[in-house]
Amino acid sequence: MTAPAETAGAPTTAAAYARREQAKPYEGVGFYAFVVGFVVFCLAPFVWTFLTSLKGPTTIYDVPIRYLPSPPDLVNYRDIFALERFRWALLNSTIVASSATAISLVIGSLCAYAIARLNFPFKNLLLALVLAIAMFPGIAIIGPLFREFNAWGLTNNYLALILPNVTFTLPICIWTLTAFFSDLPSELEDSARVDGCTRMQAFYKIMVPLAAPGVFTAAILLFIQAWNEFLFARTFMSQPNRLTATVAIAQFEGADISAQYPWGQITAASIVITLPLVVLVLLFQRRIISGLTAGAVKG
Amino acid sequence: MATTTIERPSRRWLGAGLLGAWSRRGAQERADARLGLLLATPAIVTILLIAIIPLAQTIQDSLFQISLRFENAPRPFVGLGNYLSALSDDSWFNALRVTGVVAGASVAAELVLGMIIALLINRSFRGRGIVRASVLVPWALTTVVSAKMWAWIYDGRYGIVNDLLLRAGVIDQPIIFLVRPEVTIWAMVAAEIWKTTPFMALLLLAGLQLIPHELYEAAALDGASRWQAFWRVTLPMLKPTILVALLFRTIDAVRMFDLPRVLTNGGPGKSTETVVLYTYNTFFTALNFGYGSTLAVMIFLIVTLISFVFIKVLGTPTQGARR
Repeated sequence: MTAPAETAGAPTTAAAYARREQAKPYEGVGFYAFVVGFVVFCLAPFVWTFLTSLKGPTTIYDVPIRYLPSPPDLVNYRDIFALERFRWALLNSTIVASSATAISLVIGSLCAYAIARLNFPFKNLLLALVLAIAMFPGIAIIGPLFREFNAWGLTNNYLALILPNVTFTLPICIWTLTAFFSDLPSELEDSARVDGCTRMQAFYKIMVPLAAPGVFTAAILLFIQAWNEFLFARTFMSQPNRLTATVAIAQFEGADISAQYPWGQITAASIVITLPLVVLVLLFQRRIISGLTAGAVKG
Repeated sequence: MATTTIERPSRRWLGAGLLGAWSRRGAQERADARLGLLLATPAIVTILLIAIIPLAQTIQDSLFQISLRFENAPRPFVGLGNYLSALSDDSWFNALRVTGVVAGASVAAELVLGMIIALLINRSFRGRGIVRASVLVPWALTTVVSAKMWAWIYDGRYGIVNDLLLRAGVIDQPIIFLVRPEVTIWAMVAAEIWKTTPFMALLLLAGLQLIPHELYEAAALDGASRWQAFWRVTLPMLKPTILVALLFRTIDAVRMFDLPRVLTNGGPGKSTETVVLYTYNTFFTALNFGYGSTLAVMIFLIVTLISFVFIKVLGTPTQGARR
């Protein structure tokens, strides 16, 4: 590390380069202008939606646009929560996404433990299958699932959404948890087994508690994925009180159908639907990023 | 397996003590294999029931003419007839072209923008946490919600894009973004780029942080400029990360449904109708489940082909993206 610049006879360009490198952490104005620009780029549409949602029916369609709501008005939020369909939609999404997350975690953690710790036949085939599911186009199974669910009376039943969501969240669940289980020292488990635990006891009593942070990270990722699901939700649910939040907002007509397209209510509903996700992101950004990128870059 | 073949000879010349150890070991291995299969079974059964068997059913359906429009309508076997129909289906080729343009343009832009962003923020600086959190907002945002947001932002009368462009004097008439085909498709691409570039930057940043600093020092000693260091050190070291990111982003773009469905519903005309949207409409608007299945099988084949090509380049056939 000692500066190559001091090495006798080092080319001047290299010396200059090394000095530039050592100038880190760089705090120039141009750099921060870029960072601010990037943050604005990421947040602007969301912020604009939030500002719109606070505008009352008289100011929202002002031309030219007034950027800030004056005064801020919660009428749009009152209106959407007064809609029974919207309250149902939030409840339905909560039920579907949490059940799918819980089931996927149980199934996925068992499978991930097996992959991380045990040698068993067809392991590579299983890994290939999991990878295939991660890239699987949902449209390729929607016809048969639609007809089968109809035949079994599962249409408008939460199971019709929970089952596909479990299946398609499994890859992320298995990858995240396999990475966590592999990182745990196997000595802990070995000593537990010397003390007379079976493998399953070692799994439940030692590995699962130790992997709690990993399980939690996986839970966040799975919940976000299931909460955002649209294709199956739109197909398998038709009763107004069974729609999930994504379908409800896509089909939103507002409290008063005769009025102009209700952008105030749409934007308010958008904020309410994404609020849980934004809170998760703000609270757990480190975990989410490590969960998302760990596997992808270790390749 | 490997341990068994190595230890088998020891049985012959190392006596009964080791023989006992070996058979215990072998029993342990067999128990592990049984337990491993047992633990993986729920996952395998779920995947088989909800993905693989329905996929087989879709392939079978694609060989029949199935209309759900009338109950008890005959469902004749047509062999590859549906596939032949697809070959002369202008709407299908239009959807293929739209998907290709949208996927190609958005993934290329995401890669370049994501790389620039990742290179610039690959250092420690004050406010990193804020950047990280704001990067995740577009990623976590529900696609349907983001589509609604962009529809409002692009609005012809009240949209803020028109407002800003008018105030800046770039245009003197508002642009009706979602009505003119040649504008609409790029408006959709822009919305897609906004949603996914931050995530691409995040992946590339994680890859950049794995490159050992010594490589840059060595390059600097050899007199390499920053530009040369980027081409000779950064890019080759980052290649696996780039390929994984490209694979998943390309597949996501091919599977695109939520954004076109909610932002434009494929319009105006069919100018933003992607393959998945067209197939969806064939199933649930035309109620043509035979032909819909044919299109769905072809989408599956396209996705398989793309991933096969990428994985061939990646060189890790069964382990794929993760370890």
